Amino acid sequence: MLFFIETVLSGLMAGVMYSLVALGFVLIFKASGIFNFAQGVFCLFAALTFVGIMEKTGVPWPVSFVLTVGVMIALAWAIERFLLSHLVNQEPIILFMATIGLAYFLEGLGDLMWGSDVKPLDIGLPSGASDWMLDTFDIYVEKLEVVAAVVAAALVTGLAVFFQKTRIGRALRAVADDHQAALSVGISLRTIWVIVWSVAGIVALVAGIMWGAKSGVQFSLSLIALKALPVLILGGFTSIPGAIVGGLIIGVGEKVAEIYLGPFVGGAIENWFAYMLALAFLLVRPQGLFGERIIERV
Amino acid sequence: MLYREAGQFKTTYDADQAIFPIAQDRWAVIAFAAIAFLVVPFFVNDYWTNAVLLPLLIYGLAALGLNILVGYCGQISLGTGGFMAVGAFASYKLMTSFPELNIAIVVLLSGGATALVGVMFGLPSLRIKGFYLAVATLAAQFFLVWLFNKFGWFYNYSATGQISVPERTIFGLVVTGPTAAPWVKYLFCLSFLALFGLIAKNVVRGRIGRNWMAIRDMDIAAELIGVRPLQTKLSAFAFSSFYVGMAGSLLFTVYLGAVEVTEVFGINVSFLVLFMVIIGGLGSILGSFLGATFLVLMPIFLKNFMVDGLGLLPVLAKHVEILLMGLLIMGFLIVEPHGLARMWQILKEKFRLWPFPY
Amino acid sequence: MRLKDLAIGIAALAIAAPIAATAASAYELTIPSLVYRTGPYAPSGIPFANGYADYFTLLNERDGGINGAKINVVECETAYNTQQGVECYENTKNQGESGALVYQPLSTGISYQLIPKAEVDQIPIFTMGYGRTSAADGTTFPWIFNPPGTYWDLASGMVNYAAAVEGGLENLSGKTLALVYHNSAYGKEPIRTLESLAEKHGFKLELLPVDHPGQEQKATWLQIRRLRPDWVFMWGWGVMNQVAVKEAASIRFPMDRFIGNWWSGSEQDVLPAGGDANGYLSATFHAPGPDFPLHQEILEKVYGAGKGAGEKERVGEVLYNRGLIAAVWTVEAIRKAMEIKGSNEIKASDVRDGFDALKVDEARLAELGLPNFTYPVELSCAVHSNPGTILIQQWDAGAKKWTVIASGIQPDREVIDPLIAEDAAAYAKEANITPRECNN
Repeated sequence: MLFFIETVLSGLMAGVMYSLVALGFVLIFKASGIFNFAQGVFCLFAALTFVGIMEKTGVPWPVSFVLTVGVMIALAWAIERFLLSHLVNQEPIILFMATIGLAYFLEGLGDLMWGSDVKPLDIGLPSGASDWMLDTFDIYVEKLEVVAAVVAAALVTGLAVFFQKTRIGRALRAVADDHQAALSVGISLRTIWVIVWSVAGIVALVAGIMWGAKSGVQFSLSLIALKALPVLILGGFTSIPGAIVGGLIIGVGEKVAEIYLGPFVGGAIENWFAYMLALAFLLVRPQGLFGERIIERV
Repeated sequence: MLYREAGQFKTTYDADQAIFPIAQDRWAVIAFAAIAFLVVPFFVNDYWTNAVLLPLLIYGLAALGLNILVGYCGQISLGTGGFMAVGAFASYKLMTSFPELNIAIVVLLSGGATALVGVMFGLPSLRIKGFYLAVATLAAQFFLVWLFNKFGWFYNYSATGQISVPERTIFGLVVTGPTAAPWVKYLFCLSFLALFGLIAKNVVRGRIGRNWMAIRDMDIAAELIGVRPLQTKLSAFAFSSFYVGMAGSLLFTVYLGAVEVTEVFGINVSFLVLFMVIIGGLGSILGSFLGATFLVLMPIFLKNFMVDGLGLLPVLAKHVEILLMGLLIMGFLIVEPHGLARMWQILKEKFRLWPFPY
Repeated sequence: MRLKDLAIGIAALAIAAPIAATAASAYELTIPSLVYRTGPYAPSGIPFANGYADYFTLLNERDGGINGAKINVVECETAYNTQQGVECYENTKNQGESGALVYQPLSTGISYQLIPKAEVDQIPIFTMGYGRTSAADGTTFPWIFNPPGTYWDLASGMVNYAAAVEGGLENLSGKTLALVYHNSAYGKEPIRTLESLAEKHGFKLELLPVDHPGQEQKATWLQIRRLRPDWVFMWGWGVMNQVAVKEAASIRFPMDRFIGNWWSGSEQDVLPAGGDANGYLSATFHAPGPDFPLHQEILEKVYGAGKGAGEKERVGEVLYNRGLIAAVWTVEAIRKAMEIKGSNEIKASDVRDGFDALKVDEARLAELGLPNFTYPVELSCAVHSNPGTILIQQWDAGAKKWTVIASGIQPDREVIDPLIAEDAAAYAKEANITPRECNN
């Protein structure tokens, strides 16, 4: 029983880590209807820049963090200016392809600028099991993931406040609802897009740091996007709470499956199980748990 | 001047329904095929076959298959790598279980097996749409790769799960295995591509193809006018998987000869083939080939150009190559979002009017 | 316009593709180096490629090549991808006067790809401590060489180390051993051997696969926490190693009971885990560190002249040393080939003969500036892998250094040899090969 609790807890924690990545996808999809394939590479690029600045200049990490945020904002501006503004009103799949081009570009750029070695990321994030939990309840909880959960919670709260209470947030929601209508009441689509891509870039930075603390910053970081995809379809492409809840469901589901089902079929079922789980949910709700209902008209 | 259809009168319905109604197109295609079949085989060497032509032909076939599904029927799939693996492992099992079976039949049967699997994983498409479906097909990708990696039966219980192709001949010529001559391998794959390219071209013009397009353009409307979504979608999945399965089978038997499922048929292959389809042009047979050409040849060209031409370090060249690929993809999309096939069409229009554009 | 550009591009490709190297005055030896300095496995690929390249540079700088024949190292980037590996192979195999002399594919996938091709193209493949284990049987695989040990030697050696710590092989009975492995051909290699050994010595083997890339291993390590194995062996690669080391520390698995194989024990694998990695063990077949005369010479003559392939500080890293020793053995085989042929104008098939007669003993190692660096290797027509002896090194997170804590660990030949014979026979049957006769 204790082990089951431990498994579920670990699943929840892993789920939060997935949610962090999924959040970035949701933000962009919500505001511009673009399925941003480059989100994984965003995480890599942001983390690389963050570590690279620290390594090269020796500044403390908060400074590097701020500088990296600046880079991500500049990147968002450039993406809007040079890529998206040329592709307004194209079909979703074309925009999707454009983000693939972007992914290639950033991957090459990151490699060129910072090299392909593993860069240890040490900004004093805690690691290892929580002693207190281990000694009192004999339950294993990873400290880093607790921090990740707290950060994710703060991030989501921040985003929620930003979306609900600020002027820009309202404009964002208006754009998400209807591009045309938003334009006609005088909201600048281009500004909104820059803001959304910047926010997604910052979320990617946070996700990149959290994952980078586990494994060091390296190319494989861009592959975490694959972990976020089932979360995304399960929670719905357009819902921020969906990304969180989806992450938790996927995290728990895959861990429980791997540990209790895996041994019977030879293990390593986590990856496809997450997708199968999401698929099962989709068969019931084709728009994901929290997605906007798809209304089809002729 | 040269490319002008004025004066070409069609006097029969047959002529009106020809695949290439314009004489110049017809001649161009025939000439191209003649060169590909009769001239190129005399000039290919190991490098050209193994590094350039075979991947080109095989990915062309896979892209063609995927284009049927994505471009004609509007169902985005990211399970291509997994389906190719089905083709490869089906051929391996067929070749080792029935050694006397002809290799061409093995490839066809592998395609058939993949079609069955494709239909199975196509079922959710009846309910799930768009990007949701795309991500859902990843379930197929991961599941199939896991399956072939996990169960020894698929790889005849070899120590590592690698499968290696036994030697097979066609018309007395060795076509698989390390001793196969480059031109035999090339012609073998080319024949498949040409034959099935022609079949695809005809199918998409026919009733089935029109049904697919109706579903793609708006499935509810299609349903209202009597197109049955179940049969139509599943037939697209079957057809597409058949092609993809054959491509997987050729990739294993003729091109690589030894594969490891996790590496060769991973998720990146699924993405690569999808990129080919989108860059080439959705809903265009020619586009599938153009897309495959672009994504297979461009990296090799950039690499050779930068390493041998400019003398860059290989690693630097690789980074620049990735970066340039990204720029090219974005550039192409900005110039022509509908892919290379559309560009080709525009060019043809220009030729039609040339030299009097107005 | 752009279509025209494209057309020009394709035309240029036709011209640019297989450019032959310009003929030099003296005989030039072409040694292709398939590297991966980019992609998910780049962190491991870079130091190896640097070590491999630096040794050839040193020979060119110091001795003007091998016996007066210059070495031309042709690097080709594979990104650890099989198809790009094939392109590299085809592109480089006919380069230069000598043609490619020997390949070091450095990836299980590419190795398997090249094994049948090597036979036809008559180019030796040197899969140093990786690739197909049964290639150790030189009668079935005349063109493949995998000294100084195979994965099965390695697995058996690691078991023997564990036994030594437990106080003897008989004490293994009733113990549990978990194998955490990369879910690929590479990772699955040791399973067969470990299963046989488990049967022989009565320990329990638990198999825990980790899918590529392996950033999320919670479930695996929770299972280890539950199973409480006495030993954990790891067959990891890439990001999987770093995460596994970190997770092992998190669940407080005793680090001195956690052994990585020789591809899971480099600086890159433990550095990201920081202090947590302290005490982690890994197997290896050569000494770590830059404290050898050869390293000093490389630093002085290669890096001093600004011709080093990498950064000066990283000379002597585990994988750098591995690339270095790979180059050393390759060069010794080439020397042998020249000696057999009596001329330095050798071809790939001569290098094969050189490998067949490769003998690098301790005296020769000392002469080369690598005293006590690795174990003596002696190959023959039938034996393509030898000696299979391993060392165990331990990570000291404080000093950021690997230290050797056990050496001279022998594999259990009794178990491995029949397995190799069986697998080689299976391959011979499948590929329709009649094993060649060996006189010795």
